Amino acid sequence: MTHESSAMSIVKEFILDEFLPGEEPSRLTPTTALVSTGILDSLATLKLVTFLEQTFDIQVKAHEADEEHLNTLHTICELVDSKR
Amino acid sequence: MTVKLYRYLEDAAGRWPDKIAVQEVDGSFITYRELDRLSDRMRDRLVELGIRPGDRVGFWIRKSIDAVATIFGVLKAGAAYVPMDPTAPPTRNNYILADCGVAVIVIENRFEPMLIAEPSAQGAYPAILVIGGAGGGVHLRAMLDEKDRHAEAPSAVSAPVRPEDLAFVLYTSGSTGRPKGVQLSHLNAVSFVEWCAEIFALLPTDRFSSHAPFHFDLSVFDIFSAAKHGGTLVLIGEEVGKQPLELAHLIADLEITIWYSAPSILSLMAQFGELESRNFSSLRFVLFAGEVFPVAHLRSLVKYWPHPRYFNLYGPTETNVCTFYEVPTPIPEDRTEPMPIGKVCSHLEGILIDADGRAVEKGTEGELCIRGSGVTRGYWNLPEQSRKCFVEVAGATYYRTGDIAKEEPSGNLRYLGRSDRMIKKRGFRVELGEIEVCLYRHTGVREAAVVALADDTLGMRVHAHVVSKDGRTLSLIEMKTFCSEHIPIYMIPDRFSFHPSLPKTSTDKVDYQTLKFWSGG
Repeated sequence: MTHESSAMSIVKEFILDEFLPGEEPSRLTPTTALVSTGILDSLATLKLVTFLEQTFDIQVKAHEADEEHLNTLHTICELVDSKR
Repeated sequence: MTVKLYRYLEDAAGRWPDKIAVQEVDGSFITYRELDRLSDRMRDRLVELGIRPGDRVGFWIRKSIDAVATIFGVLKAGAAYVPMDPTAPPTRNNYILADCGVAVIVIENRFEPMLIAEPSAQGAYPAILVIGGAGGGVHLRAMLDEKDRHAEAPSAVSAPVRPEDLAFVLYTSGSTGRPKGVQLSHLNAVSFVEWCAEIFALLPTDRFSSHAPFHFDLSVFDIFSAAKHGGTLVLIGEEVGKQPLELAHLIADLEITIWYSAPSILSLMAQFGELESRNFSSLRFVLFAGEVFPVAHLRSLVKYWPHPRYFNLYGPTETNVCTFYEVPTPIPEDRTEPMPIGKVCSHLEGILIDADGRAVEKGTEGELCIRGSGVTRGYWNLPEQSRKCFVEVAGATYYRTGDIAKEEPSGNLRYLGRSDRMIKKRGFRVELGEIEVCLYRHTGVREAAVVALADDTLGMRVHAHVVSKDGRTLSLIEMKTFCSEHIPIYMIPDRFSFHPSLPKTSTDKVDYQTLKFWSGG
């Protein structure tokens, strides 16, 4: 398993558990929109950022906690990777 | 008193030509002289395109100096501006543009592929002005320069508008599944701005937050109060506007003196804004409106920011602010009751009526009805709905807010709830019926009913109860994605539950009380 895909599976599992209870995991793809669809609301975004910071030991800047960086698993992992 | 909204800008440009009128968070700014000139050029271009008093001009532009100059340009041409929500689904914006019969659409090129311009009832298509982006006013200026190179727009004079002329149309959620356009005149807006001047004693040194989007009625205070007093309007875009930490930094760093927003973002800032880490001494007023502010969060905000004056402002888009209450600070630890909505503003009159349309006795609950110079004439193109929202009491015509209130012994009004199925979420009006209409459009949905419950953190939580056609649970991702294509994000249900059938009353209507119980309410 590559570094990136392992980060993605960790984030995916967190999002499924926290914000998509009961969802079929295969439906959450790397390009599923999360912020623009309301799956991640303001509070969920804050929780996700806290999770990313603690799990990957990174600092997410306030301006990065937005739709551009957090809208899909793909962009979230790009953000995480850019910090490590 | 002037009753032309654009006169606030013209006067400010005369008195404070070099003061910064509007500033963006990246530091871009425009002075009053430049904003006046840019909006004159926009007026001239609109007049050259045939815009006449009474016409509507739609704009689909992100919040920016370009958008503010467009607003004043439209008003100077004597037309009414119709703001689109840049984050709303394109189908909704296209519906609004068609419903309102706009004669001109000003649009950012990024939104142009989503635009479906429809002909008016007379068969004419709207003219379209495309700008290359939004920010700093440079894109609007570049578009006007380009047009001038082909054919210069002759210099016009600003229209001699009458107080009752339409100034803007703001679309709000409609229970039939279609948004409805609230018509506001120059007098409606000016009487409100003048009342604010009296109550808050605003100053040329004030720096006004512009947190609310321009399609939201809170923006009327921001834009026009800033111009009236020669203050600086600090534009906060949609993205930053939702982030408590970044927003808190911005209030401190940009030395905002007048903050105005829905309570939900203030609640988030009190919880996650790290407010102890910055200097907020510039803040003079914290104004909030649009929904009930949970007292626990308001109390903690006041602890971080003890010095500004706090006002709870209440009112639907149809009246703008119609009651106000200054929150006494500090807020006692044992207080759990929300703040009252206060007393009726001096430019308006209010009464409470019972189900038979009669004024109630003092201390008895009733529907709050408002009349006076701030009140809308009704909804665009919806004569029947407009007629229904007014009531005659003792020979005077009042707007029915649909809000139930009662007068306390202190003379303050207390908000008790709604008489219908409208709620407020993040300060926006949401007709639960509009969400249901959206859910019924989904091919997998047999039945849908939506309830809303108070939530300490979010203010309101919307829960959709759905019966699917094949009896299976539908994908949450699919439902939320589908909703995001049809309704604005703040209307998308927070939760979905799937059932074999929905509970019904004895008359076979959806039993919302049971659904609320199922939702944990």
